[in-house]
Amino acid sequence: MSALSELSAMRSKGRRLTPAERRQRARENNRDGVAGYVFLLPWLVGLLGITLIPMLGSLYLAFTDYNLLQPPEFTGVANFVRMIDDTRLHQSLKVTFTYVIVSTPIQLAVALAIALLLDKGMRGLAFYRSVFYLPSLLGSSVAIAVLWRQIFGTQGLFNQILGVLGLPSNIGWISSPDTALGAIILLHVWTFGAPMIIFLAGLRQIPSMYYEAAQVDGATKWHQFVHITIPLLSPIIFFNLTLQIIGAFQSFTQAFIVSNGSGGPSDSTLFYSLYLYQQGFRQFSMGYASAMAWLLLLIIAAFTALNFLIAKYWVFYDD
Amino acid sequence: MTDLTTTMAPDSIDRSDDIRHARRRVTTGIVKHVLMIAASLFMIYPLLWMLVSSLRPTEVIFRTPGLLLTDFYVANYIDGWTALTHPFHTYLLNSAIITVACIFGNIVSCALAAFAFARLKFRGRNIFFAIMLLTLMLPWHVTVVPQYIMFSQLDWVNTFWPLILPKLLATDAFFVFLMVQFIRGIPRDMDEAAKIDGCGQFRIFFSIIVPLLTPAMATTAIFTFIQTWNEFFGPLIYLTRSEKWTVSVALRQFLDSESASNWGAMFAMSIVSLIPVFLVFLFGQRFLVKGIATTGIK
Repeated sequence: MSALSELSAMRSKGRRLTPAERRQRARENNRDGVAGYVFLLPWLVGLLGITLIPMLGSLYLAFTDYNLLQPPEFTGVANFVRMIDDTRLHQSLKVTFTYVIVSTPIQLAVALAIALLLDKGMRGLAFYRSVFYLPSLLGSSVAIAVLWRQIFGTQGLFNQILGVLGLPSNIGWISSPDTALGAIILLHVWTFGAPMIIFLAGLRQIPSMYYEAAQVDGATKWHQFVHITIPLLSPIIFFNLTLQIIGAFQSFTQAFIVSNGSGGPSDSTLFYSLYLYQQGFRQFSMGYASAMAWLLLLIIAAFTALNFLIAKYWVFYDD
Repeated sequence: MTDLTTTMAPDSIDRSDDIRHARRRVTTGIVKHVLMIAASLFMIYPLLWMLVSSLRPTEVIFRTPGLLLTDFYVANYIDGWTALTHPFHTYLLNSAIITVACIFGNIVSCALAAFAFARLKFRGRNIFFAIMLLTLMLPWHVTVVPQYIMFSQLDWVNTFWPLILPKLLATDAFFVFLMVQFIRGIPRDMDEAAKIDGCGQFRIFFSIIVPLLTPAMATTAIFTFIQTWNEFFGPLIYLTRSEKWTVSVALRQFLDSESASNWGAMFAMSIVSLIPVFLVFLFGQRFLVKGIATTGIK
């Protein structure tokens, strides 16, 4: 079903071949040689020019001091040493980790809960699905971030509603360092529609006979959920979790608009990407920004590897 | 509720038990719908409120949480259209040009790559395919700085090329993967038949695969539209001259100019910027849902 399962399936290889067989196989495998490369040409150029060479370039720049005007000056590990004492970097890591660790599970839990409610051909399913899905299309736009800025401002919609309900309504949610990140997390949770659709597609794959058999055996709804739905859906939960975590680490627009580029108040919304932008494209410390990029790559890779490792204990593959 | 008829099948042994069962189903059905309607309202309320507020004077926006609109304050739209450095249609046009070019680029380049991965046999295919899947997970951060340097040395800052060129080179692995999955689902019999008739791979691609690939291309087009239209970081770093701004970057100007207090105009132009996405959502939903279900794109 997913890119992830495909990637993990590619590792398994067949038996060892004799040289003659191998030659035969190689010829067979290169049947469309020229045509293959012709069709792949744009992608190959992109892989080299847009992805691989820039990646190597940024790896090099990570060990230099570079401001775009003078040529890069090799400084060894100076950028990485600077990270140790860079309190704003630490703050940005803290903000980003909090964001990833809080918003991803909540968003996925909501997505799963709504998908479970919507499953089983409920009347009006198409309508509800659309309503829940729409925010995830609009959510990445500047317009919605602008809206969020208003809603959670001192005189915003949220406080107006609190006022109507007779609750204290003078907190500036976005101007207060304690709550600004919360408002952005809420925006992320609001866009649960995309994972919800993936869950819905996954739920439809579970054969109804499992539930019927469980019912005959007297299993309650809860037991069915724990012993049928969760195990059979676990590859999809894993898929959603992995991609959402990778995506959440890279968030930029919402924090940028809500704080108008500053990451404030008091750096409470200084997302990692935002700080990288400030370093690279405001201060033009392109060497430091590159070092930061590689640190992020390592963090994301570590998280993903950890995810795959833990998956062995809870993800269940039917076949 | 649709289950009523099946539960009340006439050949049941104990009817009263079935009726009780059916009643319970109806009640849980109603509870479910009430829950769903409440949740839908909660989800959609901010959007409706923004739409309504865009037709209210700014001072009213800040004290009216409700949705009731007594009169239409269209002035927000008129003011907002000209509140920034350039009239708003300049930005709309820029966004439209970039979006159309990116859609074209993604459809063509991803289809070509996908055909190679799904149907052709050539040395290195599996390795390339694995690399393609890995690039799905690559954060943009590790390429953005050298890309910026490269494009600024080409003197492409303040042109649309840095935003369009990557799409012409199939760098959106998601769409390549989507199309690979789709082509794998097309029966090979037709390729084989065409091959026997003497068709080369190019003929097979253009006359068999491309016509059958249109649903996947539509999905790609719709997702590319939404992503490109909403994109913020790329235009922010590459388009610094205001006449080149896209809608996303232009909206940002509302935050730091003296119009920062003009929420009415800001909301009005935000609504204008969301309309294209909303329309695409309305008419392209079928493709969106299918696309997400097969690849897990946002």
